Amino acid sequence: MGNALRFRDDTAHEEPAVTLDAFLGQTNATAVRLESDEDARKLIPQLGQLALIEVAFPKFRDGRGYSAARILREAGYTGELRAAGDVLVDQIPYMRRCGFDSFAPEADIDTDALERALSRYEHVYQKAADGRSPVWALRHG
Amino acid sequence: MYKYDEFDQSIVDTRVAEFRDQVARRLAGEISEDQFKPLRLMNGLYLQLHAYMLRVAVPYGTLSSRQMRMLAHIARKYDRDYGHFTTRQNIQYNWIKLEDAPDILADLASVEMHAIQTSGNCIRNTTSDQFAGAAADEVTDPRPWAELLRQWSTFHPEFSYLPRKFKIAIVAAEEDRAAIKLHDIGLQLYNNDAGELGFRVFVGGGMGRTPMVAPVIREFLPTGDFLSYLEACLRVYNRYGRRDNIYKARIKILVHELGAAEYARQVEEEWAHVKTLGLDPPPGEFERIAAQFALPAFETGIADTVDRSDPDFAVWLDQNVKAHKQPGYAIVNISLKPVGGIPGDASSAQIDLMADLAETYSFDELRVTHAQNIVLPHVKKADLYTIWQKLVAADLASANLDLISDIIACPGLDYCSLANARSIPVAQKIAKRFEGLDRQRDLGELKLKISGCINACGHHHAGHIGILGVDRKGTENYQLLLGGSGAEDASLGRITGPGFDEDGVVDAIERAIEKYRTLRTDGERFLDTYRRVGMDPFKEAIYG
Amino acid sequence: MKLLTGNNLKTGDVVWWTGSDWSRHIAEAADVDGHGEAIAAAEEAARRVNAPYVIDGEATPTGPRPGHIKDRIRAAGPTVRPDLNIKPADPTAGGWVI
Repeated sequence: MGNALRFRDDTAHEEPAVTLDAFLGQTNATAVRLESDEDARKLIPQLGQLALIEVAFPKFRDGRGYSAARILREAGYTGELRAAGDVLVDQIPYMRRCGFDSFAPEADIDTDALERALSRYEHVYQKAADGRSPVWALRHG
Repeated sequence: MYKYDEFDQSIVDTRVAEFRDQVARRLAGEISEDQFKPLRLMNGLYLQLHAYMLRVAVPYGTLSSRQMRMLAHIARKYDRDYGHFTTRQNIQYNWIKLEDAPDILADLASVEMHAIQTSGNCIRNTTSDQFAGAAADEVTDPRPWAELLRQWSTFHPEFSYLPRKFKIAIVAAEEDRAAIKLHDIGLQLYNNDAGELGFRVFVGGGMGRTPMVAPVIREFLPTGDFLSYLEACLRVYNRYGRRDNIYKARIKILVHELGAAEYARQVEEEWAHVKTLGLDPPPGEFERIAAQFALPAFETGIADTVDRSDPDFAVWLDQNVKAHKQPGYAIVNISLKPVGGIPGDASSAQIDLMADLAETYSFDELRVTHAQNIVLPHVKKADLYTIWQKLVAADLASANLDLISDIIACPGLDYCSLANARSIPVAQKIAKRFEGLDRQRDLGELKLKISGCINACGHHHAGHIGILGVDRKGTENYQLLLGGSGAEDASLGRITGPGFDEDGVVDAIERAIEKYRTLRTDGERFLDTYRRVGMDPFKEAIYG
Repeated sequence: MKLLTGNNLKTGDVVWWTGSDWSRHIAEAADVDGHGEAIAAAEEAARRVNAPYVIDGEATPTGPRPGHIKDRIRAAGPTVRPDLNIKPADPTAGGWVI
């Protein structure tokens, strides 16, 4: 995870992530990796013990992880939520909105392009997992 | 019409800057074509047969004169002086330079337009009834909800990498003029027995390789909750739609494999959760939008009759002019289907003329129809004759709405890199064969739709008569289908039998139509006769 | 014969490999024999072409002709708008494409 990009103030979690099956079978792990076809809701009963959930993006076109992230945040998860795999710079703003706060892209990320992408939109239309106020809330604030 | 406020304008302007940055990175070699492709597609920029093609969104098909003039300006300045109106109420330009695309988007943004999500595996432009706000038979104007949908779906963070593209259509009348049952989600606004307004929700329709008519998954959805409900519909699809096979990735396959009842149950379960998240805008937001779709300041007490003494005008009046909800007014349909023309194409001069007519005679408003025509929605009956004369002079007065020559055709192999066969020349030959208006009017409503490949952009499954172009060992071949409908009586056409070459399919259609004329009873359309007698008599006539 | 075609990255124009450069005119296209993929990869990396691919063609007295109708339409222009063809109003174009 040398090129992980973190948007958290706490120190990075060191324990290696276990598979979902391993996690559900042994209850003391604090980091888990969720494959794109696995159900994030299975983690909900034990969210409190988790410090890191890594969500796999095997291909950038596979968008299941966006829903997994929102489901975990909606369930109250506050630990590190990492998008790992085929993660492209122009996708990271969407992922941030869905609740991801760390990234482990396979390929190098152009940090200038990422900075531009993340600061670009002043306004958003939807309420999501990042706490930003949608424009309908600003209009009727 | 909806007017952008500072927030809408800021988002669209930012999109222009973002795409300018993405294009610069591509031209500088910082990103490869593989990485750039999904970025450009999410902005409607394709690499087609002859050049880049840009698809511009016309949200729910509604345009102001100023916006229409901008479409003409873009055709003149950046393209080859014409544009192609599409079955999704959008417009496409066929000869775009990548290096010009950011400037085009900036020009569009200056009139509150964009190309956002006109392609890609995301929620596409919401389509609607082209007569919305004017139709005598609607319960309300569906466009305020379509605008809410536009905003909700724009850069939706969770639903921008769906298994496949996603198309939503919304109507508010019993007559379905937007083919809602052939969409991923179709919404029909109606009043229930208690007099409350809500949506009947259809999910899982579509054309393409595996055509399906959408089942109802919720009989009545209160209007206030509809965005959170759609959020639940999309989330179930995003999580469980198939991603192993591009041909099975549309939501229709998920709904079909799960069964409509099980899909509906999963949506209800998700919705019970999603509804608690505060995703639905407050009623004040709907009211803010709806106020902008208020009826124009119609004159009252004006003449409700039209002088029909010019016979050519009377024919156009009967065929292309529809009932308006306001006495003294009418809805004008401008056919983009002249005999020998290209269905849906309009020159920049024609686009400008239609903009002028809308400004002078239609409260500044135009519509694009899914049948690739243009509508002037609010025209005083007293102005109809003047308008008709101006349309005649611009070759825009074909009196063929809903007749056999009002053909829907995809661009086909003349323009499209996915096509297997050309569509436009077939449409032109059919229109020529049935050129006489008396003959066409004798045949009555006859919806003929042509696609140049299995993706069905030309809606061939939904044609009373459909044509599908295929590649048979390097030669263009055309299959014929009968019995489809995209209206409230939606059905899917059936293939008649072996395919034909270009001239052969025109002959086969003529034989099928002559058969219809011998079989029909009073008032029966081609489709009605087909449904009554079945395929066999037609098959015999065609192949006999 | 084998032909190499693609689109100009900036303009989108259909182009053909001439042996040393790209041309909009198929009459100038060269037989790339077995070298098409290698040329395509090098040219694409240098951003002198976008989405290149190799096709079958035949040598004719008027020059190379692509084996498939799709590439003949690409070479000539839309059959329904001869005024926009690469050689507008060429009366032989229709027969060449179909």
